[in-house]
Amino acid sequence: MSYSEKASVHYANELMCIRGAGLFKEERQILSPQMARIMVEFPAGAPAKGVLNFCANNYLGLSSHPEVVEAAHKGLDSHGYGMSSVRFICGTQDIHRELERKLSEFLETEDTVLFPSCMEANAGLFEVVLEKDDAMIADRLVHASIVDGMRLCKAQLYNYKHMNMQHLEEKLQETQGCRFRMIITDGVFSMDGDIAPLDKICDLADKYDALVMVDDSHSTGFLGKLGKGTHEHCGVLGRIDAITTTLGKALGGAAGGCVSGRKEIVELCRQRARPYLFSNTVPPVVIAASIKVIDLISKSTERRNKLEENTKYFREKMTQAGLDIRPGVHPIVPVMLYNAKLAQDVARDLYEEGIYAVGFFYPVVPQGQARIRVQISADHEREHLDKAIEAFTKVGAKYNILGKKKDEVIAMYGM
Amino acid sequence: MAEDIKKVLIEYVKKEYLDEDSDQEITEDTKLISSGIVDSFSMVSLKMFLEKKFQIKIPDEKATPEAFDSVTSIIKLLTEFTPL
Repeated sequence: MSYSEKASVHYANELMCIRGAGLFKEERQILSPQMARIMVEFPAGAPAKGVLNFCANNYLGLSSHPEVVEAAHKGLDSHGYGMSSVRFICGTQDIHRELERKLSEFLETEDTVLFPSCMEANAGLFEVVLEKDDAMIADRLVHASIVDGMRLCKAQLYNYKHMNMQHLEEKLQETQGCRFRMIITDGVFSMDGDIAPLDKICDLADKYDALVMVDDSHSTGFLGKLGKGTHEHCGVLGRIDAITTTLGKALGGAAGGCVSGRKEIVELCRQRARPYLFSNTVPPVVIAASIKVIDLISKSTERRNKLEENTKYFREKMTQAGLDIRPGVHPIVPVMLYNAKLAQDVARDLYEEGIYAVGFFYPVVPQGQARIRVQISADHEREHLDKAIEAFTKVGAKYNILGKKKDEVIAMYGM
Repeated sequence: MAEDIKKVLIEYVKKEYLDEDSDQEITEDTKLISSGIVDSFSMVSLKMFLEKKFQIKIPDEKATPEAFDSVTSIIKLLTEFTPL
């Protein structure tokens, strides 16, 4: 046995440091399917508690939708459980290609290649299309999976201040000598619900001859009038060179991701992206259900419309109640608390009130920007939203933060 | 010479990492990494700036969060590679 006491003590110390820093993540066991109301066992061994879920990426409420579940069952029967292969050996079924075609149609792109996750799509894309004479110019708050993907790529890395177009332009000027430049951004930023100004980004890309890559994981399926994503919302359909997105959020929430965009870029990913080449194919059951999801959202915008209405209602009522909401239109609604302990305390009290929402604090968000991230779903009914607003108001009153501005909250609780 | 470099670095940090409306003071001892002003992702661009500006190559093992944590520590790092 080579697992020495030295190694064991070292790892135990690491874990202690994580706990000591207040960063230890406790996983709560959910005893029901993913939906608006779930049964949760927390802490472990405690009796199951029914709570309203306000922290899932289940934006369209399709994770446990009966038609999606039925399609998964049918797919399991018709195409089996696993493929025991990567895509290019014997892991591509007719339905994999069908889903890729449907995704291209829905996103209005030239072609699409599936990945096991969007994390892997982001990990694979950059090193395939960029080399050392190229530059990656990324928004400073892009998702961690993009950061990891960029680290695997030999191109020079530049970043610009969050959604700051002037700073982006400076970086584009600074990198004029590079062979290719790629502007890299999230479509929607997961901690803030900020929507990247893709119209301005595409204009700058045109002006400086740069490519544009967008991770649209937090908007595919519901942003834009037809739910196509941030590129539709910003009026730049057809102008994004590479979109990465996930099937693991609004689109059923199971697993899988993709790169969608210019046909040459997509084909190069098929040929060279290591996470694609060396990962098992996405299971047929997920593919069959995802095809149903795309059919549902292509046929009707009812669910994204309800999500939009829910979001508007929740944001308005929370603001009226005196909570400090980061402005916007996205179903990610950050309730700003600024102090890490306060965010944890409020989340704990909300849970007692039957509302499951999570506090985020440094290093997940910048120092002094602690918040509770609420995520609205089309699965939420008005009474669910009202219950959450009521709980936030009650807990907010307990901590005396209703109607208080940032400076006042910081004066009371510190940063 | 070190004074000039200090000025250049403080200006760069302000321009590159603070928002236009920020009233945060940056001195040579302001913590950059551990305070979250410069995150680990942005540290890469700081390293690139230093290499370009001072025509040096900082090995990855020297480009640690500690070495980049203040203007003072960055100047100390630079002295290893270039006579100031």
